[in-house]
Amino acid sequence: MEKKFVMHFPPVLVDKPIISTIVRKYDLEFNILKAFVSPEEEGTLVIELKGKEENLNKAIEEVKNKGVSIQPIESDIKMIKERCTDCSVCVGLCPTGALYITGDYEVKFEPEKCIACGLCIKGCPTKAMVTTI
Amino acid sequence: MKTIREINERIKKGEAVVLTADEIVELRKSSNPKKLAEEVDVVTTGTFGPMCSSGVFLNFGHSKQKIKIGGGKVYLNGVVAYSGLAAVDVYLGASSLPENDPRNTEYPGEFKYGGGHVIEDLVSGKEIELEIFAYGTDCYPKKYLKTKITINDINEAILFDPRNCYQNYNVAVNLSERTIYTYMGILKPRVGNANYCSAGQLSPLLKDPYLRTIGFGTRIFLAGGTGYVAWWGTQYNPNVKRRENGIPMTPGATLALIGDLKQMKKEFLKGASMTGYGTSLIVGIGIPIPILDEKILEWVSIPDEEIYAPVVDYSYDYPNSTGKIIDFVNYKQLKSGRIKIMGKDVPTGSLSSYKKAKEIAEILKGWIKSGDFLLTEPVFYFPGPETGYKFKPMKEV
Repeated sequence: MEKKFVMHFPPVLVDKPIISTIVRKYDLEFNILKAFVSPEEEGTLVIELKGKEENLNKAIEEVKNKGVSIQPIESDIKMIKERCTDCSVCVGLCPTGALYITGDYEVKFEPEKCIACGLCIKGCPTKAMVTTI
Repeated sequence: MKTIREINERIKKGEAVVLTADEIVELRKSSNPKKLAEEVDVVTTGTFGPMCSSGVFLNFGHSKQKIKIGGGKVYLNGVVAYSGLAAVDVYLGASSLPENDPRNTEYPGEFKYGGGHVIEDLVSGKEIELEIFAYGTDCYPKKYLKTKITINDINEAILFDPRNCYQNYNVAVNLSERTIYTYMGILKPRVGNANYCSAGQLSPLLKDPYLRTIGFGTRIFLAGGTGYVAWWGTQYNPNVKRRENGIPMTPGATLALIGDLKQMKKEFLKGASMTGYGTSLIVGIGIPIPILDEKILEWVSIPDEEIYAPVVDYSYDYPNSTGKIIDFVNYKQLKSGRIKIMGKDVPTGSLSSYKKAKEIAEILKGWIKSGDFLLTEPVFYFPGPETGYKFKPMKEV
């Protein structure tokens, strides 16, 4: 099972090895899509976790119990290529590089990198980016 | 030295050498300019960006019992059209909205459907609801009419843009602490992104900086059909500071454009919704530049790295017309996807599609090479910097 999550770490937990603990304990693979610490020292992490469903659920419980807020990314964002004019205004907005421009100036979308922030939906002038919740 | 007449003779014989602006930029790097100016006849340009100052004149024909739109109210798919003309003539602008659109009362407004979208639907051959409220006269007694029309049912459908083809444009950034929603797109706080809107080295007026070949009556590619330059555009400003190569440092010249909407194609005319701002129309334009002499060749060969655009803050400086420019960046940097502003590495996004601009320049090149599209000598040329013509701010009392 593979799933993406957004985690918020309160300042007291930012320096704790929470992810490395669950990864080892529950035999998970992880891929960090985005991570930053705000000036108030609150941490935000967008992460993809892969492993057995049972282990994944246990890991999520453990993270929650430690005081980290965790939300799965449920919505799915799609590109309707016929509506896209390859202008690239979405590319500068996309925080994870899921939207990018090729050497031939074509705009492409890599859903695996998408964290469903929705900025591209608001930002696309021809409504080529849509959400299917 | 060549004349347009001589170039047209070569086009008719199928002998004209036609290149896109991208091709000439590359070729110029390794060729002798004098020789190139002799050999190349035409360079084609292209651009595909949103322009709110776009719209269509429509004539619906008369209903059996006549109705007079002039002085009344008229709606196309619920979008308000201008009713200050004769009985069945209207003008529909790209940024017009339905009266019940929430606009920015639900900030940022979505602006799902407006004039630009009606124009796209018209050109796509879709059925449009036409609703008219009139006051009734002896000669035009009908007071209300609701019908459905397509572009094929009506008489004239003329695209007329009072302003398009901006010669250079701002790179928009946001210095404030909150996300802002502008006609240059969504701008993240603290210079989180930078949006530009030009095809750079492929953009028509950047390739003829003093409009030596473009004037009233110049035949162009307009949204898939042939169109014409109808006047200099509104906000036309030849008196801007320029770099040594003649390229304006800030937005300069503009063009008014006209063409038959019935010839146009939906691929080159798209309605646009700018969140928090309004609706617009994305228009595909291509202008041929005749290579009359070496100077013109020099201009069309100016590469992206020598064309600079001003970086402007849209959270305070633009809305308050302070005139402040943060920095200048070139189109090579902009097209690379990242620029440095105030020491920060910032991702860029373009509102103008370079891919579509390339496609347009190629199509126009094909038309000219096949002999279908002849060049025109302008009927007259537009005011140059020497005339003192300027773009003035509004007089407020």
